[in-house]
Amino acid sequence: MKDTDRFEFLLRFGDSALVLAQRLSEWVGKGPIVEEDIALTNVGLDLVGQARMWLSCAGEVEGRGRDEDALAFRRDAHEFRNALLVEQPNGGYADTMARQFLFDHWHLLALKAMEGSRDERVAAIAAKSAKEVAYHVERSTDWVIRLGDGTDVSHERMQDAIDGLWMFAGELLLPDAVDDAAARAGIGPDLAALASPWREAVGAALAEATIAVPADDWAQRGGRQGRHTEHLGHLLAELQFLQRAYPGAQW
Amino acid sequence: MYAQLVDTGLKKVVDPAEMTPEERAFQARVDADVKVEPKDWMPDAYRRTLVRQIQQHAHSEIVGMLPEGNWVTRAPTLKRKAILMAKIQDEGGHGLYLYSAAETLGVSRDDLIDDLHAGKVKYSSIFNYPTLNWADIGAIGWLVDGAAIMNQIPLCRCSYGPYARAMVRICKEESFHQRQGFDIMLSMCRGTPEQKAMAQDSLDRWWWPSLMMFGPPDAESVHSAQSMRWKIKLLSNDELRQRFVDQTVPQAEFLGLTVPDPALRWNEERGHHDIGPIDWSEFQDVLRGHGPCNRDRLRTRKQAWEDGEWVREAAMAHARKRAERAARAAA
Ligand SMILES: [Fe+2]
Ligand SMILES: [Fe+2]
Ligand SMILES: [Fe+2]
Repeated sequence: MKDTDRFEFLLRFGDSALVLAQRLSEWVGKGPIVEEDIALTNVGLDLVGQARMWLSCAGEVEGRGRDEDALAFRRDAHEFRNALLVEQPNGGYADTMARQFLFDHWHLLALKAMEGSRDERVAAIAAKSAKEVAYHVERSTDWVIRLGDGTDVSHERMQDAIDGLWMFAGELLLPDAVDDAAARAGIGPDLAALASPWREAVGAALAEATIAVPADDWAQRGGRQGRHTEHLGHLLAELQFLQRAYPGAQW
Repeated sequence: MYAQLVDTGLKKVVDPAEMTPEERAFQARVDADVKVEPKDWMPDAYRRTLVRQIQQHAHSEIVGMLPEGNWVTRAPTLKRKAILMAKIQDEGGHGLYLYSAAETLGVSRDDLIDDLHAGKVKYSSIFNYPTLNWADIGAIGWLVDGAAIMNQIPLCRCSYGPYARAMVRICKEESFHQRQGFDIMLSMCRGTPEQKAMAQDSLDRWWWPSLMMFGPPDAESVHSAQSMRWKIKLLSNDELRQRFVDQTVPQAEFLGLTVPDPALRWNEERGHHDIGPIDWSEFQDVLRGHGPCNRDRLRTRKQAWEDGEWVREAAMAHARKRAERAARAAA
């Protein structure tokens, strides 16, 4: 696998973790109950840690002297390689939990598949992250079920959330040339092979939540290729403010 | 402090001669440093005062998440972001320990939260000030958590067991909070001129409000005297403030920052720093709701609570459904 492809591949994991962590940190102090505030921050904290590992690794592979912060704070939206799903706004609690749920199930499968990566560093990051993400899956699945099978109001909100986000989940399972190269080299997961376990796990949880699986499977694509929704630019403007306003400062 | 001006509901310190036998036995145990536990008999005024004090403290931890949350999405490096998230998460945890400690006194967390939202109880005045630049996150850790530690270390020895034990857990984390705050200040002060200016601006804005955190002089206060008798307050406000000033001034010097008090000087005779007069009218204004952020802080908390109502209801409805299903399956 070429280093340029390997760099791209690492950014995809790092950027998705970073962007989702940023979204979760927007919830600080505003959760529906203090326990949830703490738990959301905890998940966000795991994801920041994972982003740091992936981005540091990416910077080294790239070999142009960019560290985790240079990559996180000094790239523009078109250079980000995160999934479209994670950049979607928080919305209400159902939207946040549905987004987390769809991503977590994919994330865990992808990380598990990489535990045996031929790249030792990738394998190590994946193994460490998978332990954390196993808990994320449990939590978000639990909330999808509670809200789906809760009150009429919560059921409707969860169904709307799943319906609205479904088109962004599909791209997680659609490999492009970089993903194919990573899979062939034994470094990254075979994304297409994750599709059926993902559908199975997500489908089982949605059934328990009495939430209908959306019929329209059309997938919005582009995140991993750097073509984003309008939301990412705003997210980055906030994330990157200090590094952009005071270039070269040490914090 | 996090709990300021706690009212005991009493007009004068209880005279031992007027105590009932129960009250006398209670005071004797407190004097002998035997911890009071939830099931023990305690005077009503002791219970009410503790509820007020712990509740104010708990609300302060929760409202205190907001000024720091204001910068968590704009933290300048991933490491700083992670540290700040961990710190804010700790504060939420402190709130929970304290609500639990209050609940041992026979009140419910929901009622306490209703009191906060109704404006019936206060949280620390300090959280009604805004965080305007990144150095404010450093200043909060350094000064606000620093002041909190000053107050809370003695409270680890307070007479009420659950409160004392909550304080022990909390203090362990507060010292990490203070260190990370000082570390931010250090980076800013060693950084570019713009960063140094942010740090100075931040100290200029946070210094006096931090000193006000300890509350007005209370040597004459009936409430403080009674609270001290009960050992739920161990040192006077001025003693705590003096300790804080003596600890913090050399740190400011080390940072190369100027403390915004022209009257500040070392008093060789006393072996302490003298400070200029504190503007207590500002403190009273903030307590009355006229601080820069009172309105925003309370609105944010109320909004979060209202927005979360359907979520909490759904969680309870789901739990009921589960229990019913389990009962049916067992039948
Ligand atoms: Fe705290
Ligand atoms: Fe505290
Ligand atoms: Fe703290």
